[in-house]
Amino acid sequence: MRVAGHWRLRKQRLTLQGEICPVCGAHIFPPRDVCPECGQPASTPYTFKGRGEVYSFSTVYETPDHFTKYKPYTVALVKLEEGPIITAQLTDVDPDEVEIGMPVEMVTRRLTEEGDEGLILYGYKFRPVMERVGR
Amino acid sequence: MSTRLLTPTRSVGIIGYGAYVPRYRIPAREIARMWTGGKGGTPVREKAVPGLDEDTATIAIEAARNALARAGIHAEHLRAVWVGSESHPYAVKPTSTIVAEAIGATPYVQAGDWEFACKAGTEAMQAAIGFVGSGMANYAMAIGADTAQGRPGDALEYTAAAGGAAFIIGPAEHALAVIQGSLSYVTDTPDFWRRAGADYPSHGQRFTGEPAYFHHITSAAQALMEEMGTRPSDYRYAVFHQPNLKFPQRVAKMLGFTPEQIETGLLVGDIGNTYSGSAIVGLTAILDEAQPGDRIFVVSFGSGAGSDAFDLRVTDKIVERRDKAPRTRAYIARRVEIDYGMYARLRGKLVR
Repeated sequence: MRVAGHWRLRKQRLTLQGEICPVCGAHIFPPRDVCPECGQPASTPYTFKGRGEVYSFSTVYETPDHFTKYKPYTVALVKLEEGPIITAQLTDVDPDEVEIGMPVEMVTRRLTEEGDEGLILYGYKFRPVMERVGR
Repeated sequence: MSTRLLTPTRSVGIIGYGAYVPRYRIPAREIARMWTGGKGGTPVREKAVPGLDEDTATIAIEAARNALARAGIHAEHLRAVWVGSESHPYAVKPTSTIVAEAIGATPYVQAGDWEFACKAGTEAMQAAIGFVGSGMANYAMAIGADTAQGRPGDALEYTAAAGGAAFIIGPAEHALAVIQGSLSYVTDTPDFWRRAGADYPSHGQRFTGEPAYFHHITSAAQALMEEMGTRPSDYRYAVFHQPNLKFPQRVAKMLGFTPEQIETGLLVGDIGNTYSGSAIVGLTAILDEAQPGDRIFVVSFGSGAGSDAFDLRVTDKIVERRDKAPRTRAYIARRVEIDYGMYARLRGKLVR
């Protein structure tokens, strides 16, 4: 993808910004300007809270070229609290610790780099929810 | 002499704070196993290592989100997002725009990257004090974060770590800790440097001690206490830049602070030297514990060289805000030990 393509996705990747349908109230991710629930125009921005749970997952050992550096990694379908199911990498978790139903939260991480001299691409991944109070 | 303090027109303080430390740890004995056959002492117990998908920008983003959660303000109210680091992901292209976009602070925001070895974060904090204290802005965010580099086999490899902290500076009446005074002490002292394009820093060995670390920290600390009319016993907590375990303990003793005063913020043994995050990640651990009325003394150190010193007083707002984000020790506790092989992979030292 060229620079402009990455740039257009910056809100979506960095802040998990989707849309909310002004007609039926459905939350939409990724943004597509038409509500998948009721078919009406829907372009009101909505920033997702970034909480959800693992709906399903698979660990990738043979990767596309851009992701070789990161293998093995786990890709999950994450069901967000607001409803949509999105595809994302999990991070900060060992593959054998992942379970369906595991609560996860969004973090911003490096997705890949376009070689040594190209862009560094950042975006959302999910990790097991950190407890709010330590010790 | 006129006052050496950097005094804003209106009183300001810390509205929100946040830290981040990656989960991977390499024990110093594992590094010693590679280079000394495991013989001899080590300067820390272990250090934090960033994951493959982590860098200064991602560390800064999580610390910044934690600071916003504690501040309880929306990012669009920030008028500055400043990131201090010596490991910015790009040589040219701001880290701060990535952070500002990710936290939702764009577009009406000042953004810039700061660099002054290990004190780039406190430098950004002092600028934020001025930005808010002059009335130009109500809220400004200052971050110090690093994924520090150490040449394989060098003394720095034991300590050069990853982590960061973010602070939102705002009007004193909204602060969880009021900044009562600060000053900066700087000379041209070349104790540590990295030339453009070089992968690893160089340093002046023992020259990094007396004329650099100890001189600048004690000078800044003594000047601040003189200006404030205080003594070490007036502070509940103190935190100093932490390149290893020995230096901050020794400088505290030289200045007259007790081991109890520095214990809470002394994290280097568990996470290593987080460079621009070093003193200020320690400050976040203190704010996690401090009670209203406690006074905190902070002195950073950046090679090259200089120190920024701060006198803070905690307010009652700390109580309701500190558990709105993970505590610093929660990040330290989620520890995954790695060996040198995994360390070499995570730090990009393998040639494919």
